[in-house]
Amino acid sequence: MSHLLEIKKLHTYFQTREGLVCAVDGVSFYLDRGELLGLVGESGCGKSITALSIMRLVAPPGKIVAGEILFEARDLLKLSNAEMRSMRGNDVAMIFQDPMTSLNPVFTVGEQIAEALRLHRKLSRKEARAAAADAMREVSIPDPELRVNDYPHQLSGGMRQRVMIAMALACDPKVLIADEPTTALDVTIQAQILELLDNLRRTRDLAVLLITHDLGVVAEVADRVAVMYTGKVVEESPVDELFARPKHPYTEGLLRSVPKLTAKDVARKTRLQTIEGTVPRPTALPPGCHFEPRCPYRMPQCREDEIPLYQVTEGVTVRCLLFDPALVANTEIVNHRGHREDTKIN
Amino acid sequence: MTDNAANNGKLVQVRGLVKHFPIEGGDDVWRAVDGVSFEILRGETLGLVGESGCGKSTTGRCLLRLIEPTHGDIEFEGRDVTAMGKRELRELRREMQIIFQDPNASLNPRMKIGDIIAEPLVIHGIGDKTERRERVAWLLGKVGLDADYMKRYSHEFSGGQLQRIGVARALALNPKLIVADEPVSALDVSVQAQVVNLLQDLQAEFGLTYLFISHGLAVVEHISTRVAVMYLGRIVEIADAQELYVNPLHPYTLALLSAIPIPDPKQKRDRIILKGDVPTSRNPPSGCRFRTRCPIAIDDCRSIDPELREVAPGHSVACIRVPGYDNAPSVESRTPVGVA
Repeated sequence: MSHLLEIKKLHTYFQTREGLVCAVDGVSFYLDRGELLGLVGESGCGKSITALSIMRLVAPPGKIVAGEILFEARDLLKLSNAEMRSMRGNDVAMIFQDPMTSLNPVFTVGEQIAEALRLHRKLSRKEARAAAADAMREVSIPDPELRVNDYPHQLSGGMRQRVMIAMALACDPKVLIADEPTTALDVTIQAQILELLDNLRRTRDLAVLLITHDLGVVAEVADRVAVMYTGKVVEESPVDELFARPKHPYTEGLLRSVPKLTAKDVARKTRLQTIEGTVPRPTALPPGCHFEPRCPYRMPQCREDEIPLYQVTEGVTVRCLLFDPALVANTEIVNHRGHREDTKIN
Repeated sequence: MTDNAANNGKLVQVRGLVKHFPIEGGDDVWRAVDGVSFEILRGETLGLVGESGCGKSTTGRCLLRLIEPTHGDIEFEGRDVTAMGKRELRELRREMQIIFQDPNASLNPRMKIGDIIAEPLVIHGIGDKTERRERVAWLLGKVGLDADYMKRYSHEFSGGQLQRIGVARALALNPKLIVADEPVSALDVSVQAQVVNLLQDLQAEFGLTYLFISHGLAVVEHISTRVAVMYLGRIVEIADAQELYVNPLHPYTLALLSAIPIPDPKQKRDRIILKGDVPTSRNPPSGCRFRTRCPIAIDDCRSIDPELREVAPGHSVACIRVPGYDNAPSVESRTPVGVA
């Protein structure tokens, strides 16, 4: 069975003055109808470039050098520019972190939503305007018939993001890519937008790729999660499994370093656990596993070769030698890790 | 922890703080801070949380008089900060420092790190060149950086390292109070944890007092002794960090806590999703400012502007719907201000 959207071994490179940056370095994942996949990682891990690559919107010097992006079994990388243009918005749409920079300040929001409809659906001005109001109603903007005449600066941050979502969904795409859609918003507004996205994917059977650095957001709305580090997916797992039993040492470290709002934690005033060191510069990545210098379980063999993705169970893959079947037999390593597990806070 | 701090007494006392910003081309004002009273105890961390535009940063800046308050009293160790002249203010700033959200914007890209950290020492005429260099090297060590970094420029560092440099600069004059304005909000989670731990270590070592301003309730809960929640220029609730989390009283605090995404998919909660947007501080609602979004507002909330009252020891709230509020003692003196 083929997936709605499948990314296979995607490579997007940037030639910079300091050297070649492999921003996206062999990323693979898939997305099915009605499913919400969370793509998480810290700044610079390549999650946004992955999204832009899917839309074929990577700006020079960035270049997609290898891979396949299969939408309904068609490779988007083989489409002509014109074919790709009709694909964007119609089949795959995208929203960004900062709605103010994505909206044009000199047009009303109604005109901007209508523009997509007129281009893709060949609607008349009048029809498009009515459709724009309908689209705004669907994302719960109050008084849409009046709001279509507003300019972006007249709306709050939350309302602007709703307009972006209305615009993205106007042509009824099958996939929505949301790049940090709530990062610029306050928590109470973030809760509104997340609820909206969740409702939309259920009512429209929409597939959502949600890109975020916030593990809390992922835990709330995602079905599956892919964790990225230095351009590679290091772990992919159903959401419950990822949070209950993180496999990759990076995922484990990320989960531990988030302050948890639980009564227990407040009472104990524990120190936050951290991941030592910093993310390496993209032009000076360490050999072998890129996380090795910061990894509490590092072994000499981690520096030797590129680490493949190991399948742990159905739907759970991890890029770490600790899950190499040949090494798992080695009790010394298992003990090493087991020791850390005891000290785990949960 | 709180008992200890109480014995050591108050470091800062704020009464009826008001900051109105004029709006160009009219008599209207933004009521950024509109009658705020609180105290900061020696050695504690007071967390100040709220969403954008609630006035938390303005409050922090008024404390240091980086912006001039419109009204109200600020006392630092019994001295009236609002009445100070330029010279006194300069002396005062040896004792209170600030760390900003964006370390990239708050460090001069054309100065070497060593000169940035030494600048407060130069301004206050402390030490000669050699002594200052030694102090800078010592400070860099304290924030977990290599002393050699003093010869470098800010573009050579990551966000987390830059924030450590900002912390070192704030520490240079050995202050008593540090206002930390969203110090970790721009950092990635793993780095955020490093900086939070650093701030806690330094507090233990130097007996620092923090006003920790943030919109991230989880981080604030983690680092704070007490927490004050702000909404549209007012403090709506203030309590011990643990108490506030276990027993939040104000409907806004409840909504804020329930809106935070929790990194645990098993913990499905009944989320209170607030309707609508935050009104602007130019034209706040009559009566209780939260009533337009409040799930439990009643008619009285339109007319009664609730003051902060202590409903349990150390736990104050400004909401007429909270049981026991009617008979609780008032804890703030909000000078009625007749700015049109």
